[in-house]
Amino acid sequence: MHHDHLDALESESIFIMREAFAKFGNMAMLWSIGKDSTAMLWLARKAFFGHVPFPLVHIDTSYKIPSMIEYRDRLVREWNLQLVVGQNKAVLEEGRTYPNGRATRVECCGWLKKDGLQQVIEHYGYTGIIVGVRRDEDPTRAKERYFSPRNANMEWNASDQPPEFWNQFKTDFAPGTHIRIHPLLHWTELNVWEYIEREKIPVIPLYFDDGTGHRYRSLGCAPCTFPIQSTARTVSEIVTELKATRTSERAGRAQDQESEDAFEKLRRDGYM
Amino acid sequence: MAYARNQLKLVVVGHVDHGKSTLIGRLFYDTGSLPEGKYEQLVAIAQRRGVPFEFANLMDGLQAERDQNITIDTAQIWFRTQKREYVIIDAPGHKEFVKNMVTGASRADAALIIIDASEGVQEQTRRHGYLLRLIGVRHVVIVVNKMDLVSYSQATFDKVSKEYRAFLASIGVEAQHILPVSARHGDNLASRTEKMSWFTGPTVVEALDTIPDAAEVTDQPLRFPIQDVYRFDHRRILAGRIEAGTLQTGDQLLFLPSGRTSVVRSIEGWNTPQRETLSAGEPAGITLSDQLFVERGSIAVHAADPPHLATEFTARIFWLGRTPLAAGKRYKLKLVTQEVECEIKTLEEVVDASTVQPIKGADSVRTNDAARVVIHTRRPVAVDLFERVPFMGRLVLVDGFDVAGGGIVVEVPERFAAATVVADAGVNADVTRVARGERHLRHGHRGAVVWLTGVPGSGKTTLAKSLERQLFERHIQVFVLDGENIRPGLNADLGASGSDREEHIRRLAEVAKLFAESGAVCIVAFASPSRAERERARKVMDVEDGPSIPFLETYLSAAADTSSHYEPPEHAELTLVENVSLDERINRVLEHLMRQIR
Repeated sequence: MHHDHLDALESESIFIMREAFAKFGNMAMLWSIGKDSTAMLWLARKAFFGHVPFPLVHIDTSYKIPSMIEYRDRLVREWNLQLVVGQNKAVLEEGRTYPNGRATRVECCGWLKKDGLQQVIEHYGYTGIIVGVRRDEDPTRAKERYFSPRNANMEWNASDQPPEFWNQFKTDFAPGTHIRIHPLLHWTELNVWEYIEREKIPVIPLYFDDGTGHRYRSLGCAPCTFPIQSTARTVSEIVTELKATRTSERAGRAQDQESEDAFEKLRRDGYM
Repeated sequence: MAYARNQLKLVVVGHVDHGKSTLIGRLFYDTGSLPEGKYEQLVAIAQRRGVPFEFANLMDGLQAERDQNITIDTAQIWFRTQKREYVIIDAPGHKEFVKNMVTGASRADAALIIIDASEGVQEQTRRHGYLLRLIGVRHVVIVVNKMDLVSYSQATFDKVSKEYRAFLASIGVEAQHILPVSARHGDNLASRTEKMSWFTGPTVVEALDTIPDAAEVTDQPLRFPIQDVYRFDHRRILAGRIEAGTLQTGDQLLFLPSGRTSVVRSIEGWNTPQRETLSAGEPAGITLSDQLFVERGSIAVHAADPPHLATEFTARIFWLGRTPLAAGKRYKLKLVTQEVECEIKTLEEVVDASTVQPIKGADSVRTNDAARVVIHTRRPVAVDLFERVPFMGRLVLVDGFDVAGGGIVVEVPERFAAATVVADAGVNADVTRVARGERHLRHGHRGAVVWLTGVPGSGKTTLAKSLERQLFERHIQVFVLDGENIRPGLNADLGASGSDREEHIRRLAEVAKLFAESGAVCIVAFASPSRAERERARKVMDVEDGPSIPFLETYLSAAADTSSHYEPPEHAELTLVENVSLDERINRVLEHLMRQIR
């Protein structure tokens, strides 16, 4: 059997997900509906022979692009998924959001996404959360572990992380804390698209040029996510485009650009 | 697993401030691997802050790092040469962050060690070199950096390289390349420099490109650790990853530590082509032809080439824990998917990893130091020598909630060859009855009878109780038979007459034998003055279809012996004279007993 680099990446991710499932009695996978977490969902189906034996958590900020929700609900039906939707209703009711002019972009992300996630974790008592972050996305994620502990306040102690070697992960943890599991950590943006192409994974059409000469490269909330100039209409055209590009993936995500260390602060506080 | 797209994972290590981040940043810049605008952006940020631009900042994403100017963790980034793609793992040089260095290095196929030409070989230069060897990174390129600070002097380079080459040789590592560079100026990284025309060797990029691709491990014996067992769609699927060798449908598999066997009925997968063979590195799911009970931690192998199945072995370990590693303390040991409680039985040698010199008389291993230790596990674990099957020869130790150390297996006693242990267990002969060997495997020891004999007042009961406690603490199944628990029940019908006394001893021996057959150590504490009766008790220990149960006649001699009707043994396994302390008595019995039951 001939193995290529995608086989190697896939093998590592499957191994990590099976380790997590064996070790965490109550866990869930975050699904942002984007390409990464959808590829990760596909990997879970590979790891568990067509099944997804844990719930998928979608943190709905209410500002998602509407077609994302339609696409989400279609896959839930077709793939027979357990979906848990989390939403920080208090903040939304009070209207303390960036689109309302009552929060900065970073505060809005923190309240709607980070706190929304914390509410779900506390409500369901999850001790393991699978998240599809990758090392090549940004410098703080580059420092992540595959199994990354968060304290009771969800905080990440980036300067004192557990050692992680020889496929042995941190699976022992104090009550009240939880572990983030990152099965895609070693993938690149290009790898994800190559894998989507090989496996024919259905991705949301927002990633493709709709005829306006623009497409989304990274998906978030409508007010803070902007399309990039691109004429890529298919997965293989995206792969070709990425092989040549030298601009960063999250250039269209406004919250990252607010200040030099804004995103880093968000992640320390428990953002995905 | 080999990758169709050539990719090599490279860890960069060395003493703090010897220039790792600068070298990496510069390598990126010089090979044209930076994202568009990144260089300009960083130059602009530096200007805004009123500080000169540093190539080191290319790597540093975290605020804390920029403030302290040290790399606190391992980040991964990618660059490309003519030959292949490199994933660079930057590992911190600060002493406090050895755990991060280990994290990074464990993922690497090769290592780049950086030494500051003006400072020479330092503490972390040695420690990292030593750790790389323990972690098993085989390809090492050494870079003598900051040559600009020593006027590009050949003599300085020769001195530093000679010293480090000798150090590496002392720990059994051969330096493939030692190269003079100046990372800050890009000398000898991607292109040659006129400033060191005396150097005729390769550039850093050329040296890296000579490293062979990561090797396949399919030519090794099959090792398939079970991660989990799933019940999906009416199938019972054993899931895991093939860590070494190959597996085919129809293969007879031996599962350790249970010793059971079964045949691979099918290879399962989802959205993959039907497979008949799986090889090292691949995720696997199989079904078996028998309804065998298999659980996480079982290791599937071919019976023709099994690993060891051991409760004791020697490992070279490195310690990262917050509290020192101590002999006698219990830790959780993880080896592939196996997890077992263990104890460090002996610290054979403790090594100061900054000098790589033994620490004389050390009774613990400090954070960031190393040691050669004998590990005793509570249950048998399937284990290979690291040199033979690396995936099955490396372990981590967990202290409390934290992974606190790692190690490679360097020696396993001959008696733990799996072939011997499994044959001894004879487990497949009779699947309904629990076989003697299975109990041995489960408990980690055999059953035995310790028969304490001596006149009243010689200390039998005291010794029996202390021994029981000591064995219990060592996780040995143990029970004491004495007058207190035998006379009121089992032997309530017996008096003090000669024939009753003989019957008394006979029953005692038979009960002790049953305990031993159940896998326990049975301590009998009775005067048993008659030599002939004790000999009959010994005979009871014979077993029809196997080796007789170890019988340890232990004679507590006393001055009163000669004046009574007591008949001292002529061939006792152990004789403990009157003036020996209780601790000494316990130790002598333990020494003798443990050899018999392990």
